[in-house]
Amino acid sequence: MIEVKSISKKFEDNEVLSDINSRFERGKTNLIIGQSGSGKTVFLKCLLGLYNIDSGEIKYDGRSSSEMNDFDKLNLRRDMGMVFQGSALFDSLNVLENVRFPLDMLTDIDSKEKNERALKFIKRVNLEDALNKLPSELSGGMQKRVAIARAVVMNPKYLFCDEPNSGLDPKTAIVIDKLIHEITTEYQITTVINSHDMNSVIEIGENIVFLKDGLKVWQGTNKEILNSGNNEVNDFVYSSELVKKLK
Amino acid sequence: MNYIHDIGKYFLMIRISFSKSCKKSILYKQIFKEINDLVLDSIPIVSILSFFIGGVVAIQMALNLENPLLSKTLIGFATRQSVILEFAPTFISIIMAGKVGSYITSSIGTMRVTEQIDALEVMGINSLNYLVFPKIIAMLLYPFVITISMFLGIIGGLLAMTLTGVPSEAYIQGIQTDFDGYHVTYSYVKTLVFSFVLATVPAFHGYYMKGGALDVGKASTQSFYWTSIIIIILNYIITQLLLA
Repeated sequence: MIEVKSISKKFEDNEVLSDINSRFERGKTNLIIGQSGSGKTVFLKCLLGLYNIDSGEIKYDGRSSSEMNDFDKLNLRRDMGMVFQGSALFDSLNVLENVRFPLDMLTDIDSKEKNERALKFIKRVNLEDALNKLPSELSGGMQKRVAIARAVVMNPKYLFCDEPNSGLDPKTAIVIDKLIHEITTEYQITTVINSHDMNSVIEIGENIVFLKDGLKVWQGTNKEILNSGNNEVNDFVYSSELVKKLK
Repeated sequence: MNYIHDIGKYFLMIRISFSKSCKKSILYKQIFKEINDLVLDSIPIVSILSFFIGGVVAIQMALNLENPLLSKTLIGFATRQSVILEFAPTFISIIMAGKVGSYITSSIGTMRVTEQIDALEVMGINSLNYLVFPKIIAMLLYPFVITISMFLGIIGGLLAMTLTGVPSEAYIQGIQTDFDGYHVTYSYVKTLVFSFVLATVPAFHGYYMKGGALDVGKASTQSFYWTSIIIIILNYIITQLLLA
Protein backbone atom coordinates (compact mmCIF):
# COMPACT_ATOMS: atom_id res chain seq x y z
CA MET A 1 0.00 0.00 0.00
CA ILE A 2 1.17 3.51 -0.80
CA GLU A 3 -0.04 6.43 1.29
CA VAL A 4 0.41 9.94 0.00
CA LYS A 5 0.14 12.63 2.62
CA SER A 6 -0.18 16.24 1.59
CA ILE A 7 2.54 16.26 -1.05
CA SER A 8 3.46 19.28 -3.13
CA LYS A 9 5.92 19.75 -5.98
CA LYS A 10 7.14 22.93 -7.61
CA PHE A 11 9.32 23.56 -10.64
CA GLU A 12 10.75 27.03 -9.99
CA ASP A 13 7.59 29.14 -9.47
CA ASN A 14 5.24 26.69 -11.10
CA GLU A 15 3.36 24.54 -8.55
CA VAL A 16 2.64 21.29 -10.39
CA LEU A 17 1.22 19.32 -7.46
CA SER A 18 -0.50 20.91 -4.52
CA ASP A 19 -1.46 19.26 -1.24
CA ILE A 20 -2.26 15.82 -2.69
CA ASN A 21 -3.57 13.18 -0.29
CA SER A 22 -4.30 9.70 -1.45
CA ARG A 23 -4.05 6.01 -0.72
CA PHE A 24 -3.23 3.25 -3.20
CA GLU A 25 -4.28 -0.19 -2.01
CA ARG A 26 -2.38 -3.44 -2.45
CA GLY A 27 -3.83 -5.93 -4.96
CA LYS A 28 -5.86 -3.19 -6.63
CA THR A 29 -5.40 -1.26 -9.87
CA ASN A 30 -5.21 2.38 -8.87
CA LEU A 31 -5.59 4.93 -11.63
CA ILE A 32 -4.44 8.53 -11.76
CA ILE A 33 -6.46 10.30 -14.40
CA GLY A 34 -6.76 13.83 -15.69
CA GLN A 35 -6.17 15.95 -18.74
CA SER A 36 -2.74 16.58 -20.20
CA GLY A 37 -0.84 18.99 -17.96
CA SER A 38 -2.86 18.08 -14.87
CA GLY A 39 0.24 16.76 -13.07
CA LYS A 40 -0.28 13.00 -13.56
CA THR A 41 3.23 12.26 -14.81
CA VAL A 42 4.87 14.39 -12.11
CA PHE A 43 2.76 12.62 -9.49
CA LEU A 44 3.82 9.22 -10.84
CA LYS A 45 7.48 10.27 -10.94
CA CYS A 46 7.20 11.46 -7.31
CA LEU A 47 5.81 8.06 -6.35
CA LEU A 48 8.70 6.41 -8.23
CA GLY A 49 11.20 8.60 -6.43
CA LEU A 50 12.45 10.10 -9.71
CA TYR A 51 11.39 13.54 -8.40
CA ASN A 52 11.88 14.71 -4.84
CA ILE A 53 8.75 16.14 -3.27
CA ASP A 54 8.92 19.65 -1.77
CA SER A 55 6.64 18.90 1.16
CA GLY A 56 4.50 16.10 2.54
CA GLU A 57 5.23 12.43 2.83
CA ILE A 58 4.93 9.23 0.80
CA LYS A 59 4.73 5.96 2.74
CA TYR A 60 5.40 2.62 1.09
CA ASP A 61 3.89 -0.06 3.34
CA GLY A 62 4.60 2.14 6.32
CA ARG A 63 8.14 3.14 5.21
CA SER A 64 8.32 6.88 4.81
CA SER A 65 10.38 8.10 1.86
CA SER A 66 11.51 11.15 3.82
CA GLU A 67 13.17 8.95 6.46
CA MET A 68 15.05 6.78 3.97
CA ASN A 69 18.76 7.06 3.27
CA ASP A 70 20.24 6.37 -0.18
CA PHE A 71 20.62 2.65 0.54
CA ASP A 72 16.96 2.34 1.63
CA LYS A 73 15.87 4.25 -1.48
CA LEU A 74 17.89 1.91 -3.69
CA ASN A 75 16.26 -1.09 -2.01
CA LEU A 76 12.86 0.52 -2.42
CA ARG A 77 13.55 0.99 -6.13
CA ARG A 78 14.18 -2.73 -6.38
CA ASP A 79 10.66 -3.32 -5.05
CA MET A 80 9.27 -1.28 -7.93
CA GLY A 81 8.46 -2.17 -11.50
CA MET A 82 7.64 0.32 -14.20
CA VAL A 83 5.91 0.05 -17.55
CA PHE A 84 6.80 3.08 -19.65
CA GLN A 85 4.57 4.79 -22.17
CA GLY A 86 6.85 3.77 -25.04
CA SER A 87 7.71 0.39 -23.45
CA ALA A 88 11.41 1.41 -23.11
CA LEU A 89 12.71 -1.99 -24.17
CA PHE A 90 16.44 -2.26 -24.83
CA ASP A 91 16.84 -2.24 -28.61
CA SER A 92 19.83 -4.56 -28.80
CA LEU A 93 18.32 -7.26 -26.55
CA ASN A 94 15.76 -9.84 -27.61
CA VAL A 95 12.57 -10.58 -25.65
CA LEU A 96 14.18 -13.12 -23.32
CA GLU A 97 17.20 -10.90 -22.65
CA ASN A 98 14.99 -7.87 -22.01
CA VAL A 99 12.92 -9.73 -19.43
CA ARG A 100 16.07 -11.29 -17.93
CA PHE A 101 17.83 -7.93 -17.76
CA PRO A 102 16.77 -6.90 -14.19
CA LEU A 103 17.69 -10.39 -12.95
CA ASP A 104 21.11 -10.16 -14.63
CA MET A 105 21.75 -6.71 -13.21
CA LEU A 106 20.40 -7.05 -9.71
CA THR A 107 20.52 -10.67 -8.59
CA ASP A 108 23.15 -13.33 -8.10
CA ILE A 109 20.98 -16.33 -8.92
CA ASP A 110 22.39 -18.78 -11.47
CA SER A 111 21.75 -18.45 -15.17
CA LYS A 112 19.38 -21.44 -15.36
CA GLU A 113 17.11 -20.02 -12.66
CA LYS A 114 17.17 -16.60 -14.30
CA ASN A 115 15.98 -18.14 -17.56
CA GLU A 116 13.27 -20.10 -15.77
CA ARG A 117 11.97 -17.00 -14.01
CA ALA A 118 12.07 -14.91 -17.16
CA LEU A 119 10.30 -17.67 -19.14
CA LYS A 120 7.60 -17.94 -16.48
CA PHE A 121 6.68 -14.29 -16.94
CA ILE A 122 7.07 -14.39 -20.72
CA LYS A 123 4.58 -17.26 -20.76
CA ARG A 124 2.33 -15.28 -18.43
CA VAL A 125 2.09 -12.53 -21.04
CA ASN A 126 1.69 -15.11 -23.85
CA LEU A 127 4.91 -14.34 -25.70
CA GLU A 128 6.69 -17.68 -25.57
CA ASP A 129 6.76 -17.77 -29.41
CA ALA A 130 8.68 -14.49 -29.61
CA LEU A 131 11.59 -15.27 -27.28
CA ASN A 132 14.33 -14.46 -29.77
CA LYS A 133 12.70 -11.49 -31.43
CA LEU A 134 14.12 -8.00 -31.08
CA PRO A 135 11.83 -5.14 -29.94
CA SER A 136 11.83 -3.74 -33.50
CA GLU A 137 10.26 -6.99 -34.72
CA LEU A 138 7.34 -6.77 -32.26
CA SER A 139 4.02 -4.96 -32.55
CA GLY A 140 3.15 -2.17 -30.08
CA GLY A 141 0.95 -4.51 -28.04
CA MET A 142 3.65 -7.18 -27.88
CA GLN A 143 6.21 -4.60 -26.78
CA LYS A 144 3.88 -3.55 -23.97
CA ARG A 145 3.53 -7.17 -22.88
CA VAL A 146 7.31 -7.60 -22.82
CA ALA A 147 7.53 -4.39 -20.77
CA ILE A 148 4.98 -5.78 -18.30
CA ALA A 149 6.90 -9.07 -18.02
CA ARG A 150 10.14 -7.14 -17.42
CA ALA A 151 8.45 -4.94 -14.82
CA VAL A 152 7.17 -7.87 -12.77
CA VAL A 153 10.04 -10.34 -13.19
CA MET A 154 11.64 -9.14 -9.93
CA ASN A 155 8.36 -9.76 -8.06
CA PRO A 156 7.89 -6.08 -7.25
CA LYS A 157 5.61 -4.86 -4.49
CA TYR A 158 4.70 -1.78 -6.52
CA LEU A 159 3.96 -1.57 -10.22
CA PHE A 160 3.75 1.78 -11.99
CA CYS A 161 2.42 2.17 -15.51
CA ASP A 162 2.61 5.38 -17.50
CA GLU A 163 -0.12 5.45 -20.15
CA PRO A 164 0.23 1.69 -20.75
CA ASN A 165 -2.18 1.58 -23.68
CA SER A 166 -1.31 4.77 -25.50
CA GLY A 167 -0.81 4.18 -29.21
CA LEU A 168 -2.65 0.86 -29.13
CA ASP A 169 -5.92 -0.03 -30.84
CA PRO A 170 -8.92 -0.32 -28.46
CA LYS A 171 -8.94 -4.12 -28.55
CA THR A 172 -5.23 -4.47 -27.74
CA ALA A 173 -5.58 -1.73 -25.10
CA ILE A 174 -8.22 -3.82 -23.32
CA VAL A 175 -5.92 -6.89 -23.49
CA ILE A 176 -3.13 -4.87 -21.85
CA ASP A 177 -5.48 -3.42 -19.20
CA LYS A 178 -6.79 -6.86 -18.32
CA LEU A 179 -3.28 -8.29 -18.19
CA ILE A 180 -2.16 -5.61 -15.75
CA HIS A 181 -5.30 -6.15 -13.66
CA GLU A 182 -4.81 -9.93 -13.56
CA ILE A 183 -1.13 -9.63 -12.62
CA THR A 184 -1.99 -7.10 -9.91
CA THR A 185 -4.54 -9.45 -8.35
CA GLU A 186 -2.47 -12.61 -8.87
CA TYR A 187 0.74 -11.26 -7.30
CA GLN A 188 -0.98 -8.83 -4.89
CA ILE A 189 0.93 -5.83 -6.22
CA THR A 190 0.13 -2.20 -5.48
CA THR A 191 -0.40 -0.97 -9.03
CA VAL A 192 -0.63 2.69 -9.97
CA ILE A 193 -1.55 3.52 -13.55
CA ASN A 194 -1.33 6.91 -15.13
CA SER A 195 -3.99 7.19 -17.81
CA HIS A 196 -6.42 9.40 -19.64
CA ASP A 197 -8.15 6.53 -21.36
CA MET A 198 -11.78 6.17 -20.29
CA ASN A 199 -11.81 2.53 -21.40
CA SER A 200 -9.14 1.75 -18.79
CA VAL A 201 -11.04 3.74 -16.19
CA ILE A 202 -14.20 1.73 -16.72
CA GLU A 203 -12.44 -1.63 -17.20
CA ILE A 204 -9.97 -1.72 -14.35
CA GLY A 205 -10.31 1.45 -12.23
CA GLU A 206 -10.79 0.02 -8.77
CA ASN A 207 -9.50 3.22 -7.21
CA ILE A 208 -9.39 6.38 -9.29
CA VAL A 209 -7.72 9.68 -8.43
CA PHE A 210 -8.75 12.58 -10.64
CA LEU A 211 -6.26 15.46 -10.92
CA LYS A 212 -6.82 18.89 -12.34
CA ASP A 213 -4.18 21.63 -12.43
CA GLY A 214 -2.14 19.81 -9.79
CA LEU A 215 -5.02 19.38 -7.36
CA LYS A 216 -6.84 16.22 -6.42
CA VAL A 217 -10.41 16.96 -7.41
CA TRP A 218 -12.06 13.60 -6.85
CA GLN A 219 -11.35 10.02 -5.76
CA GLY A 220 -13.58 6.99 -6.18
CA THR A 221 -14.14 3.77 -8.13
CA ASN A 222 -15.11 2.98 -11.72
CA LYS A 223 -18.65 2.32 -10.51
CA GLU A 224 -18.89 5.77 -8.95
CA ILE A 225 -17.16 7.89 -11.61
CA LEU A 226 -20.07 7.97 -14.05
CA ASN A 227 -22.26 9.47 -11.35
CA SER A 228 -19.68 11.47 -9.46
CA GLY A 229 -21.73 14.63 -9.34
CA ASN A 230 -18.54 16.60 -9.84
CA ASN A 231 -18.63 18.96 -12.84
CA GLU A 232 -14.92 18.77 -13.53
CA VAL A 233 -14.94 14.98 -13.48
CA ASN A 234 -18.04 14.95 -15.69
CA ASP A 235 -16.36 17.32 -18.14
CA PHE A 236 -13.50 14.84 -18.43
CA VAL A 237 -15.56 11.64 -18.45
CA TYR A 238 -18.15 12.86 -20.94
CA SER A 239 -15.75 14.75 -23.17
CA SER A 240 -15.89 12.16 -25.96
CA GLU A 241 -18.84 12.07 -28.34
CA LEU A 242 -19.00 8.28 -28.00
CA VAL A 243 -19.48 8.39 -24.23
CA LYS A 244 -22.01 11.21 -24.60
CA LYS A 245 -24.03 9.10 -27.03
CA LEU A 246 -23.80 6.05 -24.78
CA LYS A 247 -24.98 8.16 -21.86
CA MET B 1 26.43 31.05 -17.36
CA ASN B 2 25.06 28.06 -19.25
CA TYR B 3 28.57 27.03 -20.28
CA ILE B 4 29.77 27.08 -16.66
CA HIS B 5 26.71 25.06 -15.64
CA ASP B 6 27.38 22.52 -18.40
CA ILE B 7 31.06 22.21 -17.49
CA GLY B 8 30.05 21.46 -13.88
CA LYS B 9 27.45 18.97 -15.07
CA TYR B 10 30.06 17.28 -17.29
CA PHE B 11 32.46 16.73 -14.39
CA LEU B 12 29.63 15.50 -12.16
CA MET B 13 28.68 13.05 -14.91
CA ILE B 14 32.23 11.70 -14.93
CA ARG B 15 32.22 11.35 -11.13
CA ILE B 16 28.91 9.47 -11.13
CA SER B 17 30.14 7.25 -14.01
CA PHE B 18 32.91 5.98 -11.76
CA SER B 19 30.68 5.47 -8.70
CA LYS B 20 28.05 2.86 -7.68
CA SER B 21 29.38 0.25 -10.07
CA CYS B 22 27.18 -2.34 -11.75
CA LYS B 23 27.99 -6.05 -11.39
CA LYS B 24 31.49 -6.85 -12.67
CA SER B 25 30.33 -9.59 -15.06
CA ILE B 26 27.91 -7.14 -16.70
CA LEU B 27 30.56 -4.44 -16.92
CA TYR B 28 33.10 -6.79 -18.55
CA LYS B 29 30.50 -7.74 -21.14
CA GLN B 30 29.74 -4.08 -21.82
CA ILE B 31 33.44 -3.18 -22.03
CA PHE B 32 34.11 -5.91 -24.63
CA LYS B 33 31.07 -4.78 -26.61
CA GLU B 34 32.33 -1.18 -26.55
CA ILE B 35 35.86 -2.24 -27.55
CA ASN B 36 34.31 -3.88 -30.59
CA ASP B 37 32.00 -0.96 -31.45
CA LEU B 38 34.34 1.93 -30.70
CA VAL B 39 37.86 0.62 -31.28
CA LEU B 40 37.90 -2.44 -33.56
CA ASP B 41 35.19 -1.10 -35.88
CA SER B 42 37.24 2.08 -36.35
CA ILE B 43 40.34 0.29 -37.62
CA PRO B 44 39.25 -0.08 -41.30
CA ILE B 45 38.45 3.61 -41.86
CA VAL B 46 41.52 4.74 -39.89
CA SER B 47 43.71 2.37 -41.94
CA ILE B 48 42.42 3.60 -45.31
CA LEU B 49 42.68 7.29 -44.33
CA SER B 50 46.13 6.92 -42.81
CA PHE B 51 47.59 4.98 -45.72
CA PHE B 52 46.46 7.43 -48.39
CA ILE B 53 47.10 10.60 -46.43
CA GLY B 54 50.60 9.31 -45.59
CA GLY B 55 51.12 8.97 -49.34
CA VAL B 56 49.82 12.48 -50.02
CA VAL B 57 52.02 13.98 -47.28
CA ALA B 58 55.10 12.26 -48.77
CA ILE B 59 54.29 13.48 -52.31
CA GLN B 60 53.78 17.06 -51.06
CA MET B 61 57.07 16.88 -49.14
CA ALA B 62 58.83 15.63 -52.28
CA LEU B 63 57.27 18.48 -54.28
CA ASN B 64 58.69 21.03 -51.86
CA LEU B 65 62.13 19.40 -51.67
CA GLU B 66 63.09 19.51 -55.35
CA ASN B 67 66.34 21.40 -54.69
CA PRO B 68 69.17 18.97 -55.63
CA LEU B 69 71.17 20.23 -52.66
CA LEU B 70 68.59 18.82 -50.27
CA SER B 71 68.83 15.17 -49.42
CA LYS B 72 65.92 12.90 -50.45
CA THR B 73 66.04 11.46 -46.95
CA LEU B 74 64.28 14.63 -45.80
CA ILE B 75 61.08 13.38 -47.44
CA GLY B 76 60.95 10.35 -45.13
CA PHE B 77 62.00 12.44 -42.15
CA ALA B 78 59.33 15.10 -42.71
CA THR B 79 56.61 12.55 -43.45
CA ARG B 80 57.44 10.63 -40.27
CA GLN B 81 57.37 13.79 -38.17
CA SER B 82 54.06 14.99 -39.66
CA VAL B 83 52.40 11.62 -39.22
CA ILE B 84 53.65 10.91 -35.69
CA LEU B 85 53.35 14.39 -34.24
CA GLU B 86 50.14 15.64 -35.75
CA PHE B 87 48.36 13.64 -38.39
CA ALA B 88 47.84 10.36 -36.51
CA PRO B 89 46.94 11.64 -33.04
CA THR B 90 45.07 14.86 -33.89
CA PHE B 91 43.69 14.55 -37.40
CA ILE B 92 42.47 10.99 -36.81
CA SER B 93 40.93 12.04 -33.49
CA ILE B 94 38.91 14.74 -35.25
CA ILE B 95 37.68 12.09 -37.68
CA MET B 96 36.87 9.84 -34.73
CA ALA B 97 34.87 12.70 -33.19
CA GLY B 98 32.63 12.26 -36.20
CA LYS B 99 32.60 8.48 -36.32
CA VAL B 100 32.79 7.34 -32.69
CA GLY B 101 31.36 10.58 -31.22
CA SER B 102 28.22 10.53 -33.36
CA TYR B 103 27.71 6.86 -32.57
CA ILE B 104 27.99 7.48 -28.82
CA THR B 105 25.72 10.54 -28.82
CA SER B 106 23.07 8.99 -31.02
CA SER B 107 22.99 5.66 -29.21
CA ILE B 108 22.76 7.22 -25.73
CA GLY B 109 20.45 9.98 -27.01
CA THR B 110 18.08 7.44 -28.51
CA MET B 111 18.04 5.60 -25.17
CA ARG B 112 17.14 8.90 -23.49
CA VAL B 113 14.35 9.67 -25.98
CA THR B 114 12.86 6.18 -25.73
CA GLU B 115 12.99 6.23 -21.89
CA GLN B 116 15.49 3.35 -21.74
CA ILE B 117 17.70 5.44 -19.44
CA ASP B 118 14.70 6.12 -17.17
CA ALA B 119 14.03 2.37 -17.17
CA LEU B 120 17.59 1.72 -15.93
CA GLU B 121 17.23 4.36 -13.20
CA VAL B 122 13.89 2.96 -12.04
CA MET B 123 15.48 -0.48 -11.73
CA GLY B 124 18.01 1.07 -9.34
CA ILE B 125 20.88 0.84 -11.84
CA ASN B 126 23.46 3.63 -12.12
CA SER B 127 22.82 4.34 -15.79
CA LEU B 128 25.96 6.47 -16.19
CA ASN B 129 28.13 3.68 -14.86
CA TYR B 130 26.40 1.17 -17.13
CA LEU B 131 26.52 3.34 -20.26
CA VAL B 132 29.50 5.70 -19.99
CA PHE B 133 32.13 3.93 -17.85
CA PRO B 134 32.58 0.98 -20.30
CA LYS B 135 33.11 3.49 -23.13
CA ILE B 136 35.83 5.29 -21.17
CA ILE B 137 37.59 2.00 -20.45
CA ALA B 138 37.20 0.75 -24.03
CA MET B 139 38.70 3.97 -25.37
CA LEU B 140 41.88 3.27 -23.38
CA LEU B 141 42.69 1.02 -26.34
CA TYR B 142 42.42 3.97 -28.72
CA PRO B 143 46.25 4.48 -28.78
CA PHE B 144 46.36 1.05 -30.43
CA VAL B 145 44.35 2.50 -33.35
CA ILE B 146 46.70 5.48 -33.51
CA THR B 147 49.70 3.14 -33.61
CA ILE B 148 48.18 1.47 -36.68
CA SER B 149 47.56 4.93 -38.14
CA MET B 150 51.19 5.96 -37.62
CA PHE B 151 52.51 2.76 -39.15
CA LEU B 152 50.22 2.85 -42.19
CA GLY B 153 50.78 6.59 -42.72
CA ILE B 154 54.53 6.01 -43.02
CA ILE B 155 54.02 2.90 -45.20
CA GLY B 156 51.66 4.94 -47.43
CA GLY B 157 54.44 7.50 -47.84
CA LEU B 158 56.91 4.76 -48.75
CA LEU B 159 54.60 3.36 -51.42
CA ALA B 160 53.91 6.81 -52.86
CA MET B 161 57.64 7.53 -53.08
CA THR B 162 58.33 4.19 -54.75
CA LEU B 163 55.63 4.94 -57.34
CA THR B 164 57.02 8.47 -57.82
CA GLY B 165 60.53 7.18 -58.40
CA VAL B 166 62.20 8.31 -55.18
CA PRO B 167 64.56 5.54 -53.99
CA SER B 168 62.92 3.64 -51.13
CA GLU B 169 66.34 3.42 -49.38
CA ALA B 170 66.39 7.23 -49.06
CA TYR B 171 62.85 7.27 -47.63
CA ILE B 172 63.64 4.47 -45.16
CA GLN B 173 66.86 6.18 -44.15
CA GLY B 174 64.83 9.40 -43.69
CA ILE B 175 62.28 7.87 -41.38
CA GLN B 176 65.18 6.65 -39.18
CA THR B 177 66.98 9.99 -39.14
CA ASP B 178 67.10 11.86 -35.80
CA PHE B 179 64.41 9.68 -34.29
CA ASP B 180 63.36 11.04 -30.89
CA GLY B 181 61.33 8.65 -28.72
CA TYR B 182 59.98 11.60 -26.75
CA HIS B 183 57.93 12.64 -29.80
CA VAL B 184 56.16 9.30 -29.70
CA THR B 185 55.56 9.71 -25.95
CA TYR B 186 54.12 13.18 -26.61
CA SER B 187 51.90 11.71 -29.28
CA TYR B 188 50.58 8.97 -26.98
CA VAL B 189 49.94 11.44 -24.15
CA LYS B 190 47.81 13.46 -26.58
CA THR B 191 46.04 10.34 -27.79
CA LEU B 192 45.12 9.23 -24.27
CA VAL B 193 43.72 12.66 -23.42
CA PHE B 194 41.77 12.72 -26.70
CA SER B 195 40.43 9.21 -26.06
CA PHE B 196 38.89 10.42 -22.78
CA VAL B 197 37.37 13.42 -24.56
CA LEU B 198 36.09 11.19 -27.39
CA ALA B 199 34.30 8.94 -24.89
CA THR B 200 32.91 11.52 -22.47
CA VAL B 201 31.94 14.64 -24.44
CA PRO B 202 29.65 12.80 -26.89
CA ALA B 203 28.24 10.75 -23.97
CA PHE B 204 27.43 14.02 -22.16
CA HIS B 205 25.56 15.37 -25.19
CA GLY B 206 23.61 12.14 -25.59
CA TYR B 207 22.83 11.57 -21.91
CA TYR B 208 21.50 15.04 -21.16
CA MET B 209 19.73 15.65 -24.45
CA LYS B 210 16.07 16.65 -24.43
CA GLY B 211 13.42 16.26 -27.07
CA GLY B 212 12.67 13.73 -29.76
CA ALA B 213 14.27 11.92 -32.67
CA LEU B 214 15.15 15.15 -34.50
CA ASP B 215 16.99 16.38 -31.42
CA VAL B 216 19.15 13.23 -31.42
CA GLY B 217 20.54 14.41 -34.76
CA LYS B 218 21.07 17.92 -33.40
CA ALA B 219 22.80 16.53 -30.31
CA SER B 220 25.15 14.48 -32.55
CA THR B 221 26.09 17.62 -34.49
CA GLN B 222 26.65 19.55 -31.26
CA SER B 223 28.71 16.68 -29.94
CA PHE B 224 30.98 16.68 -33.03
CA TYR B 225 31.31 20.46 -32.83
CA TRP B 226 32.33 20.51 -29.17
CA THR B 227 34.50 17.38 -29.29
CA SER B 228 36.50 18.82 -32.22
CA ILE B 229 36.93 22.20 -30.52
CA ILE B 230 38.02 20.61 -27.23
CA ILE B 231 40.50 18.33 -29.04
CA ILE B 232 42.03 21.24 -30.95
CA ILE B 233 42.35 23.39 -27.80
CA LEU B 234 43.80 20.51 -25.75
CA ASN B 235 46.17 19.75 -28.64
CA TYR B 236 47.55 23.26 -28.36
CA ILE B 237 47.80 23.15 -24.55
CA ILE B 238 49.56 19.74 -24.50
CA THR B 239 51.94 20.81 -27.27
CA GLN B 240 52.74 24.01 -25.39
CA LEU B 241 53.40 22.02 -22.21
CA LEU B 242 55.40 19.15 -23.69
CA LEU B 243 57.17 20.52 -26.76
CA ALA B 244 57.48 24.31 -26.44
